[in-house]
Amino acid sequence: MAANNYRHALFCAIVTLIISFPILGFNLEAKGVNIELTGAKTSTIVAVILAAVAVFVFQAYRDSFMGLLGKLPKLNPLAGREPMEQSKRVKLESWVLTGIVVLALFWPFVVSRGSVDLATLVLIYIMLALGLNVVVGLAGLLDLGYVAFYAVGAYTFALLSQYTGISFWMALPIGALLAGLTGMILGFPVLRLRGDYLAIVTLGFGEIIRILLNNWTTLTGGPNGIGGIPEPTLFGMEFGRRIKEEGNTSFHETFGIAYSGEHKVIFLYLIALVLAVITALIIRRFMRMPVGRAWEALREDEIAARSLGLSRTAVKLSAFTIGAFFAGFAGTVFASKQGFISPESFVFLESAIILAIVVLGGMGSQLGVILAAIAVTILPELAREFSEYRMLIFGAAMVLMMVWRPQGLLPMRRIHITLNKQG
Amino acid sequence: MLEVKNLSMRFGGLLAVDGVSLDVQEREIVSIIGPNGAGKTTVFNCMSGFYKPSGGKIIFEGKEVQGIPDYKISRLGMVRTFQHVRLFTQMTVVENLLVAQHRHLNTNMLAGLFGTPNYKEREQSALDRAAYWLERVGLLDLSNRDAGNLAYGQQRRLEIARCMVTEPKLLMLDEPAAGLNPAETKELNQLIVSLKEDYNVSVVLIEHDMSLVMDISDRINVINQGRPLASGTPEEIRHNDDVIKAYLGEA
Repeated sequence: MAANNYRHALFCAIVTLIISFPILGFNLEAKGVNIELTGAKTSTIVAVILAAVAVFVFQAYRDSFMGLLGKLPKLNPLAGREPMEQSKRVKLESWVLTGIVVLALFWPFVVSRGSVDLATLVLIYIMLALGLNVVVGLAGLLDLGYVAFYAVGAYTFALLSQYTGISFWMALPIGALLAGLTGMILGFPVLRLRGDYLAIVTLGFGEIIRILLNNWTTLTGGPNGIGGIPEPTLFGMEFGRRIKEEGNTSFHETFGIAYSGEHKVIFLYLIALVLAVITALIIRRFMRMPVGRAWEALREDEIAARSLGLSRTAVKLSAFTIGAFFAGFAGTVFASKQGFISPESFVFLESAIILAIVVLGGMGSQLGVILAAIAVTILPELAREFSEYRMLIFGAAMVLMMVWRPQGLLPMRRIHITLNKQG
Repeated sequence: MLEVKNLSMRFGGLLAVDGVSLDVQEREIVSIIGPNGAGKTTVFNCMSGFYKPSGGKIIFEGKEVQGIPDYKISRLGMVRTFQHVRLFTQMTVVENLLVAQHRHLNTNMLAGLFGTPNYKEREQSALDRAAYWLERVGLLDLSNRDAGNLAYGQQRRLEIARCMVTEPKLLMLDEPAAGLNPAETKELNQLIVSLKEDYNVSVVLIEHDMSLVMDISDRINVINQGRPLASGTPEEIRHNDDVIKAYLGEA
C-alpha cells in the first residue's frame, strides 16, 4: 500500500519534471539573426525542482491531505444543519434577490464608469445564463450553440437600425421574438435527439450562424461587423452631446444639467438591470406553471411523461424557444451597449462561458446562476493584475469548484407546490 | 370499446407478437397472462403507441389507433402504467399528479404569467382532483413528499392514481402486483375492482399473480411465445389443457 503510494508519487513528480523542464528550463534568445538556446536561470530550475517535490509530497500523502479537506466543511457552522423549511427558504431567497436588486440600483452612482460598464456586462450575462438555465437546467437539454440566439438578437438590432433606422425600444421585442423564432426553427429538427447528440448538433448550429454572419458580407458586413448602432433613448431624449436624430431632445439639456458621458452608461446599466429583473421574474413564474412542471417531468422520465399525454416536441420546443427569446433580449442590449458588433463576439467560447455559469451556479437554481454570472464575469477582471496567469487562475477555480461542490454554488431546490390538507 | 385484431410485432428477425387478438368491453377487466417473454408487454407497448405494430389493427372506440404517437393515445383515454414503476422521483407526490393533468390545465403561457381567473381556477381544480385521488389510494398524508422517497407499494398506488387523474376510459396495468406483499396485493385487488365499479373504467391487466388474476378478471387471454394460446373466463382458463401445459411443461 505505502510502497505503491510512493511509486505513484515518484511517477507524478517525474512527469512534472518532464513536462515543466523543457518549457521553463530553456530559453530561446535572439542573437543577431540566429536564435540560440540557453539554459534558464538557476532560480527557475530550483523552482521547477521544488514544484516536482511538492507534487511528490502531495501525491505520497494524498489520502491524509484529502482527509483534512474532508474535515474542512465541519469548520463551517452551517454545514451540519437541517435543510431549511421550504416556506422559510423561499422567503430568504426572495429577500436576497430583492437585496441584490436594490444594491444594484444604487451601484452605478457610487462607483466609477468602468465598473458600471462591467456591471452592465454582468447583467447581460445574467440574462443569458437565466435563459440557458431554462434549456439546460430545467428542461435538461444540453445546448452548446446558445450564443447563436444571442447573435440573432444583436444582429437583428444592428441590421434593422442600419437599414431602417429603428430605435432600441422597437428592436428589443423584435430581436427577442426573432431569436425565439430561430430557436423554434432550429429546435424542431434537433429535439428528437438526446444528450450528447443534441449537444453536438446545437454546437453545429451555433457555428453555422456565426459563419453565416461572417461570410454574408453583402448583408452583415462580414468580419468588419456593423457599427453605429444607436443607443437607447429615454422618451425621445438622447444621451449624446449632440442630437443625432431629428425630433429628439438631449437628456442634459432637458434637465438643465451639464453633459456627462456617464449618464449614458448609467442609463444603459439601468435598462439592463430592469430587463434582467424582468427575465428572472418571468422565468420564476414559468417554473411554477404547468409548462415548468412539464419541462421537469420530461427531464426526469421522458417515457412516463409521454404516457401521460405530454407531447415531447411541444414541451421541449417551448423550453428552447423561451431560452432563445431571452438570449435575443440580451443580444439587443449588447449591441446597443457596444455600438458595434462583429461575428467575433459570438464565438463558441461565449456559449461555453454561459454554460459554465449555469453549471457553476447549480443547474436550475436562479440565485445560484446570478451569483455565478457575477463571479465568472468579475473574477477575470479582478485577476487582471496577474495578467498572464488570469486564465490559469480561472481554470483552477473551476477545477476546485468541481472537486468541492460538483452540484454548483447553490444547487436547485425546487419550490414545491404543497397541498393543504383539509381535515 | 377496444378491439385488437391480429396484432403482430417484428423486431428484425424476431416475431415477438404474432396474430394476437383481444377485445375489451365497457366496464370489464381483461387480463393477459403468459410465461415470461411471451410478448405481453410488447402487446401493451403496441397498444399504448410506444411501438408501431408491424401488422394488425387496434380499434379504440371505433377509431383505428395503431401507429398513433403515444401522447395522443393517452389523450384519447388509454393510459398505462409500467412494469417498473416510472414516477417523477424528484417531484412531490402531488406534483406527479399535476403533471398528469397537463392537458386539463390552462397551458396558455400568457394566462399563466398574468394569473388569469381561468388559470387559477383550473390549477385549483387540478389540485382538488389530485387530493381526491390521493385520498382514494391512501397517500394524502404523504402528498408533499418526494415521490422517490415512497415505499414501493405506495409508489405503485401513486402510479395508478397518476393514471386516474387523467380521467382515462381504459387503464392498462403492467404487472401492478409485482413486488407487493399479500396485504398490499389484496388492497390492490379492491382498488382495481372499485375503478371498474365506481369509475366506469375498463382495465387491461398483465399479471403473474394468479390469485389476483383469477379473482378479478372478467376474461383472460393467454399468450405463449407471441402467439395466442387461449381465451375465456377464469373458469375456462383454469381447466384449459394447453394453458396448463404451457405453464407446467409437458407431462
